Amino acid sequence: MSLAQFVKNQSGIASINVGYKRGETVLAWAMVSPWIIGFLLLTAFPMIASLALSFFKWDILSPPKWIGLANYVKLFSVDPLPMHALKITVIFSLASIPLNIVFGLAIAMLLNTNIRGLAVFRTIYYLPAILSGVAVAILWQWIFSSDFGLLNTALRVFGIEGPAWLGSKIWVLPAFVIMRLWSVGGGMVIYLAGLQAIPTDLYEAAEIDGANWWQRIFRITLPMLSPTIFFQLITGVIFTMQIFTETFIMTDGGPANASLFYLLYLYRQAFQNFKMGYASALAWVFFVAILLLTLILFATAKFWVYYEAESDEDN
Amino acid sequence: MSSKGVSLSARQIISKIIVYLLLGAGSIIILLPLQWMISTSLKPLSHVFRFPPEFWPQKIVWANYPDALTQLPFDLYFRNTVIIVFFCLLGEVIVSSIVAYAFSRLRWRGRNALFIVVLATMMLPRQVTLIPEFIIFKELNMIDTFWPLILPSWFGNPFYIFLLRQYFLTHSRELDQAAVIDGCSRFGVFWRITLPMSKPVLAAVAIFSFQFHWNDFFRPLIFLFSQENYTLALGLRFFQGTYGTEWNSLMAVSLVVMLPLIVVFFFTQKYFIQGVVFTGYK
Repeated sequence: MSLAQFVKNQSGIASINVGYKRGETVLAWAMVSPWIIGFLLLTAFPMIASLALSFFKWDILSPPKWIGLANYVKLFSVDPLPMHALKITVIFSLASIPLNIVFGLAIAMLLNTNIRGLAVFRTIYYLPAILSGVAVAILWQWIFSSDFGLLNTALRVFGIEGPAWLGSKIWVLPAFVIMRLWSVGGGMVIYLAGLQAIPTDLYEAAEIDGANWWQRIFRITLPMLSPTIFFQLITGVIFTMQIFTETFIMTDGGPANASLFYLLYLYRQAFQNFKMGYASALAWVFFVAILLLTLILFATAKFWVYYEAESDEDN
Repeated sequence: MSSKGVSLSARQIISKIIVYLLLGAGSIIILLPLQWMISTSLKPLSHVFRFPPEFWPQKIVWANYPDALTQLPFDLYFRNTVIIVFFCLLGEVIVSSIVAYAFSRLRWRGRNALFIVVLATMMLPRQVTLIPEFIIFKELNMIDTFWPLILPSWFGNPFYIFLLRQYFLTHSRELDQAAVIDGCSRFGVFWRITLPMSKPVLAAVAIFSFQFHWNDFFRPLIFLFSQENYTLALGLRFFQGTYGTEWNSLMAVSLVVMLPLIVVFFFTQKYFIQGVVFTGYK
């Protein structure tokens, strides 16, 4: 499904191309004008400008100097850190996003079994999803403390001596994955709403046909939820790849650059070293990387995302 | 679930118990970090580094809170944060709903094409535009003021435009048309009919906006330098840099910074969850 089709499907009256009224058109353009101005000034122009800047060497103070592709050559073959940062950012995302989807779905399914106290459970699970930023990062830094932290204290109850987490090159990425799992409730409420919207007659029909629990999950629940999961996957990629505050606060990229996520490196180049040209090249490579990942996901959608037969009457 | 019989079979009872056990265990895991935070914030520093760690504080030191909060001008940071959050929220709610109205209730050529651009910007990582944006605000002499944080909110936020548009689309067009026939202007329809009918979604946008700007760290970090302009997020970071291992003070301040969000969440969670559901699922 293309984006254009998506918009068209949702807008209802869009396909009726009759009777644009002049007054309505003028008012409409007036009403969208703040967004258009913002788009031109704060999105379109800066995007072109950063692409242009990526061919310059510029420290803000002295005039920019044209250096051709040198920033990109440096980025891909001289400086080892950008590709390292991109690699660990992708690895982190590949672990974090599916785990959040699986746990989010599992909790939503448990909540969707006619239990009492649904609202209470939902509130508890959703609470961490509203918290983020510096305070949460400091909290988790303390939780991961190897001797006095909550996690290793809890592990000791089971006789396990936990690793140094944020101090360990191996365990620092799993630590970030665990931290992000705390806010699993953000996706969970969406899946729960999706589950509640699946018509029960589908399950009743399946039960009459003798489908077991697994068959109902894989033949009804997951296909019906697949558009929702797909949307979470796409937004998850964009959101997760942009991890910054946690690493800035908790590890500053360490130990030995093991948690040097891409944006942290970009931030250092731009706002600590003032290499604006190089940082612009970094930004564009990041943008293209996210775009590619998103496009790959869109390409896979036709194999697993199930859309109900589109009927124009319903719109 | 059981439509077949009145009484539950033994198997159903067991599966119910398992569901409650799993949900209960999950809830404990979710709440433990917050309990740990409160517990640490009330311990004397010497108890923080006791081994094995105390789960409940053996000795409660309420003074940790006033002590920690007066080490830096957190009242000033609080004031700055409230100012920024308030004007961002105001701009995002007003402008996004105006733009969303044009994208949903008015008919004009180019509407869908332009809306695709809105959706595309929703997917754009903001860092691509950040460096030129920084230079623009530098040229305008707005670095180290609140303007770079507030101004972008007054051009509408694509995510909220999307959310509001989806909601406005669910209203019936007959109502608009009836009002127009009765002599109401198009803008009057927006102001007197669409907005009053959209209170839940406006509340959701306001809460999201509050949440985002309250938590935001990246943009204040880039645009604010002087300590008197710091937001709570920057102040907290500064506090951490200065008192890095005083975990009781750090937890106390972090909790106070989180508290307004938690309070707002408890009072508005209906709108919060509706809004999340509406964006992610519809």
